[in-house]
Amino acid sequence: MSVTTTALPIRNTPARPWLTAIIVWALLLTVPIWLPMLGGYTALAGRVLVLGLAAMSFNLLLGFTGVMSFGHAAYFGLGAYGAGLTLKYLTASTPLAMLGGIALGGLAGTLFGLLIVKRRGVYFAMVTVAFGQIAFYVAYSWDSLTGGYDGLRGFSRAPIDLGFTSIDIVNNDKIFYYFLLFVFAIATALQGLLLASPFGRTLLAIRENERRARFLGIPIERHIWLSFSISCCFTALAGSLYALLNNFADPMGLHYSLSGEIVIMTVMGGMRAFWGPLVGAAVFVVVQDYISSMTVNWMSFVGLIFVLVVLFFPRGILGMLQRGSVK
Amino acid sequence: MTMLDVRNVTKRFGSLVAVNDVSMQVAPGELRAIIGPNGAGKTTFFNMISGFFAPTAGDIVFDGTIVTRMAVAERVAMGMARTFQITEIFPELTVRENVRIGVESALGLRLRFWLSARDKAAVNRGIDEALTHTGLTGKADRLVGELSHGDQRAAEIATALTLKPRLLLLDEPTAGMGEHETYAVANLIRRLHRNSAYTIVLIEHDMRVVFNLADKITVLGEGKLLAEGTPAEISNSPIVQEAYLGKAE
Repeated sequence: MSVTTTALPIRNTPARPWLTAIIVWALLLTVPIWLPMLGGYTALAGRVLVLGLAAMSFNLLLGFTGVMSFGHAAYFGLGAYGAGLTLKYLTASTPLAMLGGIALGGLAGTLFGLLIVKRRGVYFAMVTVAFGQIAFYVAYSWDSLTGGYDGLRGFSRAPIDLGFTSIDIVNNDKIFYYFLLFVFAIATALQGLLLASPFGRTLLAIRENERRARFLGIPIERHIWLSFSISCCFTALAGSLYALLNNFADPMGLHYSLSGEIVIMTVMGGMRAFWGPLVGAAVFVVVQDYISSMTVNWMSFVGLIFVLVVLFFPRGILGMLQRGSVK
Repeated sequence: MTMLDVRNVTKRFGSLVAVNDVSMQVAPGELRAIIGPNGAGKTTFFNMISGFFAPTAGDIVFDGTIVTRMAVAERVAMGMARTFQITEIFPELTVRENVRIGVESALGLRLRFWLSARDKAAVNRGIDEALTHTGLTGKADRLVGELSHGDQRAAEIATALTLKPRLLLLDEPTAGMGEHETYAVANLIRRLHRNSAYTIVLIEHDMRVVFNLADKITVLGEGKLLAEGTPAEISNSPIVQEAYLGKAE
């Protein structure tokens, strides 16, 4: 059948799909060189990596499945507590602490996801907020285990023992940054592979048109549940890295204000772009760091930037840059 | 031998009886058209067959199996596929990607995180087949959202065909189309029916399309079965003329 007469080739993806990834990795790998020149410090870049990973993990759900969660801080915070509790009470091993964090946050997300996958839109978002607040109040009230309002202290990340040598991520900031970058690289590579797989395409199908996807035989609820669980596991990994970064976990890591910040980073950076949430996290963390040294009202500046981005660049900062480079 | 056996189905929405005790048998390889004035219950009838919702009473038997309360995904797995009155596609993906999602679903690769070379080859074969069938090969890499109305419909049909359906349900395939596009889509349906022996049930408003394509026609009016027969029988039926044109005073 030929209804239209001409078929102009139209590009779906940015002209140079690898360009963004190359720039991102070039910048991330050279942070210890250029960041001090700009007056930054390495721990700041660590925060960007950790919150960027949380936002990218959240975006598996929002940007690539089309499902909104306003309670992702719960899994981030549970990841942090899981890592902290493992280090404090079980074993002084950094990798096991990360596994402990993923297990706690991921399991919570997987079980909770089972209950809510039949809800959609605002209802889904509201119950995710509610669960987040439950997790917050449990951590806040369970003084003897979590340290309550003061947070969980008295643990510290341990050197990585490779058998023949051990890597000192405890005292050396730069080495710890590269450790974070290594974990970040593995996590984002897995996310990229996931999105390029047949399973990832079913998520895009659900985002694009749930009814069509259902009538292609895709069990929608099961796939949203899987996407939610995977997103929660990666978010919990980010949370466990946050605990390692600060040697501290507190109830604010579970609070819905952090859930909101994750949403802001993601939308500001660009939720349809793979690296968009990382860019959003970088802007967020830098603005927070510089402006909070001048005024306690730093959040109003973040809010202003967010509003401007949404009004003028609905595809987010990275979405705009990528679109601009195609022209 | 029937491919689809609809037995006395009724659907009530509150006090409204949208479909009232309607039966229909469709043979393998048949092309059946369902017609009727607006509000006759055609789409409700269709939605019960495809599993959008279950009937209040009655049964639907597909290829010997009672599917009345079966989930959509299970019916699809049994070989039932449908398109919608308002084209339902993935507009921000290319034609090829639209079709790919259908092929991967039909081949049971939905939960895979990677594909072997053999799987990849099978997927590509399935995509090429569906594109060739619908004449979309030349537009494979365009975004579906940017295609003409008729080509979007063809893309939706191509996606449905990837499921290798034994029953293809088309809800008003030429709705909202101009003369030229209607002709192209009708031709596509004719090819699927004549050359590839698909069993097809369609709802259609365009009477030229119906009388040119259908083997048999089912007429609904106010939720009830008014008449059933060959195009010649239906065009001469006084009941049908009354339903469409109103009573002669």
